[in-house]
Amino acid sequence: MSVLRPLDKQPGLNTATILLVGTEDALLQQLADAMLKEDCASELKIHLARSLPLPSDVNRPRIDLIMFVVNLHSKYSLQNVEESLRHVDATFFLGKVGFLAMGAGQESHCSIHRNTVTKLANTYRSPVFFCDLEREGFRATVAQRLVRMLQICAGHVPGVSALNLLSLLRNSENPAPEDL
Amino acid sequence: MDETVAEFFKRTILKIPMTEMMTILKAWDFLSEKQLQNVNFQQRKESLVQDLVLLCEKRASVHDAALLDIVYTQFHRHRKVWDVFQMSKGPGEDIDLFDMEQFKSSFKKILQRALKNVMVSFRDAEENAVWIRIAWGTQYRKPNQYKPVYVVYYSQTPYAFTSSCPLRSNIPLLGQALTVASNHHKIVKMDLRSRYLDSLKAIVFKQYNQTFETYNSTTPLQEKSLELDIHMDSRIIHENRIEKERVQRVTQETFGDYSQPRLEFAQYKLETKFKSDFNGDILAERKEPLRCLIKFSSPHLLEALKSLAPAGIADAPLSPLLTCIPNKGMNYFKIKDK
Repeated sequence: MSVLRPLDKQPGLNTATILLVGTEDALLQQLADAMLKEDCASELKIHLARSLPLPSDVNRPRIDLIMFVVNLHSKYSLQNVEESLRHVDATFFLGKVGFLAMGAGQESHCSIHRNTVTKLANTYRSPVFFCDLEREGFRATVAQRLVRMLQICAGHVPGVSALNLLSLLRNSENPAPEDL
Repeated sequence: MDETVAEFFKRTILKIPMTEMMTILKAWDFLSEKQLQNVNFQQRKESLVQDLVLLCEKRASVHDAALLDIVYTQFHRHRKVWDVFQMSKGPGEDIDLFDMEQFKSSFKKILQRALKNVMVSFRDAEENAVWIRIAWGTQYRKPNQYKPVYVVYYSQTPYAFTSSCPLRSNIPLLGQALTVASNHHKIVKMDLRSRYLDSLKAIVFKQYNQTFETYNSTTPLQEKSLELDIHMDSRIIHENRIEKERVQRVTQETFGDYSQPRLEFAQYKLETKFKSDFNGDILAERKEPLRCLIKFSSPHLLEALKSLAPAGIADAPLSPLLTCIPNKGMNYFKIKDK
């Protein structure tokens, strides 16, 4: 019941919905605002959640993309994401899940190593983006990327599917374990 | 005027920032209005200090310089780190009427009987408080005016605040003098220390949690959530709104709506045995307790703790070890196994 499945609902007309999961609410809100500022032909809907599972009594649209936000300065945020991952159905991980890791720039404040998040992302066969969500310029860049990714995952870009995107994003630095 | 006294004056006046010069000199109340008017405050600081020292030379003594030092410290109290002492009366002792003059002369006598060269100065302050400045000397040396100790004693309470004393050996004597002069029986150092004297006062006198009685505490929360709705785009949906509201409520219950007293750190000394979930962990087999020191520092520790849960950095409610700090009046803790 509480597991998120990618195709259990009908899609909305021209609607793309993203779910941002992370403990630091203020930053998620700012990222959401930045995403809404982007020019986008599709209607965007952004759901912010602290953790999964989501409350079950709500009527929510089909979720096209889930981004898990980890703050490298906080073990608590990683723990939260790890526990939330269990409530996502395996079929979501075919290109509709991604990880955002913030705070790598201030290495002295990091209590989680970058490799930990990279390994986590590899385990779930999903891309990870290292970013800075605190500065407006960098946040806008991330927002732009997320909007493009969301449009693809919602199927609004003809000729490119979420799975295509996933294999494009997998670069030689982080090959899939089967390729090693 | 003695050379050393003139030097003391010069150094004390030099400490004062130009923007506060007039205020502090007026509070000192030694130079008359007329004298102050004749001084050129627009000149460079070194020349101004020379003029002021010349003015003082005629009739000022080392005690007047000490008073000026007290005034400066009162304006810059955050430059010192303050400890808190609590006194108590013996069982069955009468509550005498406090006589400030008697306290001052008794305090001074006790110190002077024990140490030959010590200089004590007093300045009364509001709320029945007295600021005491003590310059320590030895049997063969005159008091060192550049390393004084300050004591702020609130006479209607059993509490005294002292700035950290560079000469540790004099602390018991200081405590004794305070206790005897104020007709108390015992003095104990509290585990509380901070630069912010006013915050220490608020914690110790339990004045930090004053909420307005006419203000209904339930309405602000409702107003806040309405405000959020208006500003939020309807395309953004918060899934865990109920959890957010719970966190806000718990934080408000723990910390209240008022601004927190200001502390810079909390220190926890642990002497506990290591506890581990893994079987056969080497550290868990140790019989002796593990010694560990944990220090939390912040420009404003309690406000930082208050914002942890709403910012999503910690779960609410926070550990009682953190939230008990103003209630217990402690920021130094020793934790042992029971």
